[in-house]
Amino acid sequence: MAHHHGGASAAPVLPGSRVFALVGSPNSGKTTLFNALTGMRAKTGNYPGVTVARYEGVSRVGGVDVGVEDLPGTYSLEPISPDEQIVAAVLDPDDAANRTPDAVLVTLDSTTLRRSAVLLAQVLARGLPVCVVLTFTDELTRRSGRLDVEAFARAIGTPVVSVVAGSRAGVDRLREVMADPAGWSRPPLPPPTDPDSLTGWVDSVLDAARYECPLADPRTRAVDRVMLHPVWGTLVFFATMYAFFQTIFTVAAPAQSAIESAFTSLAGFVTDHVHPDWLAGLLGGGVIGGVGTVVTFLPQIALLFLLISLLEQVGYLSRAAFLMDRLMARAGLEGRAFVALLSSMACAIPGIMATRSLPSARHRLATMMSAPLMTCSARLPVYVLLVGLLVSPDARWGPFGAQGTVMFGLYLLGAVSAMTAAWVFSWFGDRRGGAMPFYMEMPPYRLPSVRSVALSVWEACAAFLRKVTRIILVTTIVLWLLLNLPARGEADLAAAGVDTSSPTAVSAYVLDHSYAASVGKAVEPAFAPQGFDWRIDIGIIASLSARETFVSTLGQVAAATDPEDPTQALRSMTVQDGPQAGQPLFTPPVVAAMLAFFVYALQCMSTVAVLRRETGTWRWPAIAFTYMFALAWVMSAFVAWLVGRVT
Amino acid sequence: MSIRSEAAAATATAPTRTCLADIARGGCVEVVGTAENADPQVARRLFDLGFRPGAHVEVMRRAPLRDPVIFRVADAELALRRAEAALLLVRPA
Repeated sequence: MAHHHGGASAAPVLPGSRVFALVGSPNSGKTTLFNALTGMRAKTGNYPGVTVARYEGVSRVGGVDVGVEDLPGTYSLEPISPDEQIVAAVLDPDDAANRTPDAVLVTLDSTTLRRSAVLLAQVLARGLPVCVVLTFTDELTRRSGRLDVEAFARAIGTPVVSVVAGSRAGVDRLREVMADPAGWSRPPLPPPTDPDSLTGWVDSVLDAARYECPLADPRTRAVDRVMLHPVWGTLVFFATMYAFFQTIFTVAAPAQSAIESAFTSLAGFVTDHVHPDWLAGLLGGGVIGGVGTVVTFLPQIALLFLLISLLEQVGYLSRAAFLMDRLMARAGLEGRAFVALLSSMACAIPGIMATRSLPSARHRLATMMSAPLMTCSARLPVYVLLVGLLVSPDARWGPFGAQGTVMFGLYLLGAVSAMTAAWVFSWFGDRRGGAMPFYMEMPPYRLPSVRSVALSVWEACAAFLRKVTRIILVTTIVLWLLLNLPARGEADLAAAGVDTSSPTAVSAYVLDHSYAASVGKAVEPAFAPQGFDWRIDIGIIASLSARETFVSTLGQVAAATDPEDPTQALRSMTVQDGPQAGQPLFTPPVVAAMLAFFVYALQCMSTVAVLRRETGTWRWPAIAFTYMFALAWVMSAFVAWLVGRVT
Repeated sequence: MSIRSEAAAATATAPTRTCLADIARGGCVEVVGTAENADPQVARRLFDLGFRPGAHVEVMRRAPLRDPVIFRVADAELALRRAEAALLLVRPA
């Protein structure tokens, strides 16, 4: 199941076994019911549209296995988005591409029955056996609403089961009902679907069921009075965002340095105890060093998903999206895209996956194409290294530290560039889909489920480790080989006049005549306007797999004694040949150009892979890579020229 | 679409047309129909979201820059942008 973060895989549904489809509006408790029925891991949440991919699972009903398909949340069977088209197609018996389910379970939030009854009418009109699952009946009672479930079942003519989250009784009752869909009662006449008669049908059904609508949730109303207040709400929003980043960057720091020192001592142990030397170098410097660089970002990823999952399940993310909608509209996007771009500040991958909640395909694509420009956590080590080369830690511009100001400027530049790119893609995007109305439900504030929050964090961490370490591992090994091959024997070195008693001289000679050096020198002319020499070019080529490898590659290239802190070794590096030979390599124009390059370039194969998976074609990742690389090249050349003029 | 015909009927009786976007915060109105210039798909979706002729709508609150607006309709709270709210014709409840 490509749609999940990667933790869960669907058990195969036996051919010939019965398949039930789950249909319901966003926030109707559909995914929670799916989890309860199948015991399968799937994300549940309060943010409208969490389940927009298609999930299948297996449930044990009356002694046999049946398939359960969790269809995307929808307000209507008159589709206006690709997600909704899936629901309409699956429920269409004439649609040959999708297997029509044997029966349908419709989840209806009993607190919003007047609206969701319309969806029920549309499902009933399809003629499939239907069982209604009423959710949040406890909340209905708490908010002084009322519904006679038996009378409701008689009025609509199908079985109705009430299921309350956290209680097994309702799910057990539902399983009994699911054992015999052939015996389900059916309405004698399908309900009308044209708007006029439909309103009458809904009214008559709700009257017959003696439905009394619930009062507005007093807790939600009181909290929203602050959260959505024009002044206080905005302040709370900025405080939340500030706390969000503070938590991700400061709370994660001790865990990050602990992981880092653990890997450093492990690498030291391997280097000291493994023979021969080349194997020690590969394992210690390449494998452990490379993996370590990546694993240090695990605490940030875990915290990010914990916070986003909590905000989402409580119901705050819809409020944040509501507050940000006007700003996002300027970029041609909508409030929900804000959530995706926010996630991209940790990593573009969860950001791109978060775009699934956008109903408009055009908005979704524009957000996906711009998300990699947001300053992700992989850029952080590169920025720290390069800003350290560019500005001294003591430099101050007025009351602000110069280094911190440059860092802030880089984050701002990323965000502004992402919004601009979104605006461009949204402008030139496919408008054939027609005007997609913006609508977003503000669900009542609900307590998050510990289980789904924990699952969300766990799945994100597992997927991060699995996917990214593969790429980092392979890249680091390949780079190590390229930087250390061809191997030079004593005779070669002596013939070249190298002092074989000095390890530094030997490694410098091996590096300068390695395969990597040939590659770097071959691409050197392409980056001449930026002033990059072949050693920087190798770092940039390596960083196309993952940005972090730039730091460890420059470290290896600089033959620094400590690859974790190559700054000192880099400072003293000089240009090797050409008219500027002997002069410092890392001049302000060159460093500034490198920074500009990293702001724009799509140097992350995981992001490319996720773009491929989420868009279903290689076209969009190819476009994203090309436009961002072109931007990176132009901007870095421009910055090199500009800084060269100023300094 | 039959929502349209009701809208037309409403405009025939009431000389001024009021749309939901013009209602101040705290106002309670009844939906009459959708504007003729509304895209049929958008009109249908607004209907499915609960903005049905006869439905009562309460204007809950506006976002800081006055857009979007949260409405209470069909027992749920829903945010719409002004552009969509302008497509809904209403009369005092």
